Amino acid sequence: MSAVAPCKLKASDYKSDTKPVWCPGCGDYHVLASLAKSIAALALAPEQIAVVSGIGCSSRIPAYLNCYGFHGVHGRALPLATGLKVARPDLTVICAGGDGDGFSIGGNHLLHACRRNVDITYIVMDNEIYGMTKGQPSPTTAPDWDSSLAPGGTGVSPFHPLVIALASGANFVARSFSGDVNGTAKMLAEAISHPGFSFVQILSPCVTFRPDQREWKNMVHPPPVPFTTDASQAARRVMTDDGFNIGVLYKGSRAKYAQAVAHDDAFEGDFQNEFLV
Amino acid sequence: MSDRPGKSFSVALLGKGGSGVVTAGDMLLTAAARCGLYGLMIRAVGPQIRGGESAALVRLSPAPVECLDDRFDVLLGIDWNHAERMVADFAIDANSIVVTDPAEDAVPQSITASGATERQLEMKALADSVSGGRANMVALGYVAGLAGISREALEHAIAKKLGPKRQESIDASVAAAMLGFSRTQSSEAPQAANGASGKRWMISGNQATGLGALRGGVRFAAAYPITPATEILEWLAPRLLDAGGTLTQAEDELASINMAIGASFGGVPSLTATSGPGLSLMIEGLGLAVCAEIPVVVVDVMRVGPSTGIPTKPEQSDLNAAVYGLHGDAPHIVVAPNSVTDCVYTTQWAVHLAEATQAPVIVLSDQFIGQAIVVADPVAEISFFAKRKLAENIDEAFERYAITADGISPMPIPGTAGGQYTADGLEHSSKAKPSGSSGDHCTQLDKRARKIADFDYGQHWADIEGEGELAILTWGSTTGVVREALHRLSSDVSRKVKLIALRLLLPVRQEEMAAALDGVNRLMVIEQNHTGQLYRLLRAWYELPENVDTLHRPGPGVFRPGEIATKINEWCLE
Repeated sequence: MSAVAPCKLKASDYKSDTKPVWCPGCGDYHVLASLAKSIAALALAPEQIAVVSGIGCSSRIPAYLNCYGFHGVHGRALPLATGLKVARPDLTVICAGGDGDGFSIGGNHLLHACRRNVDITYIVMDNEIYGMTKGQPSPTTAPDWDSSLAPGGTGVSPFHPLVIALASGANFVARSFSGDVNGTAKMLAEAISHPGFSFVQILSPCVTFRPDQREWKNMVHPPPVPFTTDASQAARRVMTDDGFNIGVLYKGSRAKYAQAVAHDDAFEGDFQNEFLV
Repeated sequence: MSDRPGKSFSVALLGKGGSGVVTAGDMLLTAAARCGLYGLMIRAVGPQIRGGESAALVRLSPAPVECLDDRFDVLLGIDWNHAERMVADFAIDANSIVVTDPAEDAVPQSITASGATERQLEMKALADSVSGGRANMVALGYVAGLAGISREALEHAIAKKLGPKRQESIDASVAAAMLGFSRTQSSEAPQAANGASGKRWMISGNQATGLGALRGGVRFAAAYPITPATEILEWLAPRLLDAGGTLTQAEDELASINMAIGASFGGVPSLTATSGPGLSLMIEGLGLAVCAEIPVVVVDVMRVGPSTGIPTKPEQSDLNAAVYGLHGDAPHIVVAPNSVTDCVYTTQWAVHLAEATQAPVIVLSDQFIGQAIVVADPVAEISFFAKRKLAENIDEAFERYAITADGISPMPIPGTAGGQYTADGLEHSSKAKPSGSSGDHCTQLDKRARKIADFDYGQHWADIEGEGELAILTWGSTTGVVREALHRLSSDVSRKVKLIALRLLLPVRQEEMAAALDGVNRLMVIEQNHTGQLYRLLRAWYELPENVDTLHRPGPGVFRPGEIATKINEWCLE
């Protein structure tokens, strides 16, 4: 039953009947809609897609799709997705989660997933907060943001995910805004189609704990120039922009991770001969 | 037990790192195999990567051996630079021979104090008389001569080790070895008689573990290096590719366990190997595999703990972590190989169990059996092959975590149309939807417990040898030492003693244990750790005879058969 012919399904056919746990107004609803649109546009059969996530509000996304999914433990979505894609290169593997999951507890895996360049797409719904635990600062939170856990702010500089991804070797780097559903869908389709490790940061407001993020829709703007294939140029651009430039930043052409050939259950190789003396 | 070693020959080769004693030990073992002998070699190394002390501890015997002897017949030092640090590894006595090079420092007092006979062998000078000759080859020839090994076998071993493209090096090594060989008189050959002929394998426990994994159907491995488990992964890396599988190096053990789980979710039998610190990092992932019901095998080659401990020495002290380390009620399987060659069987069985039960299996090997190299009889093929209950013809009513009589639910593999579900570490309903209801929690807990508890483990749960009203219960690498100790006891003692070596440590097998202990009125539990971890597990879960003794001590020193024989003898006479 593996998919060969393009699949003619509507975006809504890729959604499951499970009701999201997200708050009304959460940006993640839009990301879900964009993701469904992107895979419908790519005409991928739902059984040929696996969506893998960690823990947090946004990491609930696999259950809301009608694809194979894996909702793993906190911070380990990328290794889970890596193992799956390396073992099953025929599948389309999409990894998704939030800024705490991906940049804090799972930060090390991001570096090595970019380096390894396995052909997966990693979507981070960045709301600069831990939402599921009710509002603690994350690695992308501004240093002066006041919270119960860090009264008066953390005083710690935010993490810059796109720069880190570029420096670590990601092959496709982009930023989007959840409110731009069509633009995000187009970008995700491009990310999924691009060989190697694709990293998409989606600014996805948490209206519950960060009502100020409602303003993001007025702050985002298209990039002044199109994407580049020069990582150093991309890094300079993204390090000097205002953080609200959306669009594809970088497209690389590095060879993707060498993948296994299809495994053969019938293997009866004779490895024991080497032990004969 | 009549084939247990009566007379064996033990030699310790010592030298600074780079002196080639391990190469010499390896060749000695190969030559012995060629002569139809059995054997075992342990590499003892210091923490320095290069330049520290290094030793090869070799035991040769006409019958299979699974442990070191109590003492060494010969201690040969190419030099004595770091001997003081390792003296505890060399049990020598007045009947031993110490071989020393007059060009090196004198034999340290801590060694001469044993009263062993000292012999001079000009290893360096003899080696220098051959172009390209090395002292370790002179040493090899000398100990091979003492061990009664033939010249032909020695030449064969040198050529095999150096490989076909190094003829010059082979010629030089053989010439140097023969200089050492000719310095012994064959009449002196202390112990090893000519063994039975037949094919032999030379294999380490870590290689055996890799072979068991391949035979079991593992086609994906995730790897993060750690002593003393790395060789499993290094052995698997090229061979997995040959078998159509793959190995991926992970950034840490958190990643390696999750990579293995991801690959297995994709339908490919998967494994990772580690040691104590890595097991600690993998525990959360193992809980995920329990909850999401994903087969995965983790081999823990145990070393002295806690924390970094003593990384190059064995201890059976991760049992508690393996059995009780997971949070929540998390049924899983823990098995342990009981010899170097049993690593093949037990690992293959572990893959079978993981695949059949859709659960994680921890294999508790240890540094001793992992890194020991044995010459043994070939390990026969067994018929276990990873067999997962798959969901293939899926209809509307399909439920991923369906409540079944045996607790095992058919699993759809990605690519199977209609089988889409989200595997989850969140508690879930039978339809794989996240659920916080007590009903779903209880039915899923029951199901996950049932599939592990009710699985048919057959006779493999333990190796049981002998009959008697006294029983020794042990596990892992201690088993081989206990076997030999029992063999050494007089028959009027040993015929009263039954040996039970547990291969299945979790789940507990209460009925099988009751049958095994039927008629046993005294029990002794033997294991290598500080707190008696198996003893306490037995106390918690099993009906035991009223009189239970325990012999447990921590690493780094392994049990020796004489130590256990003495203890059992005293115990039997109580």
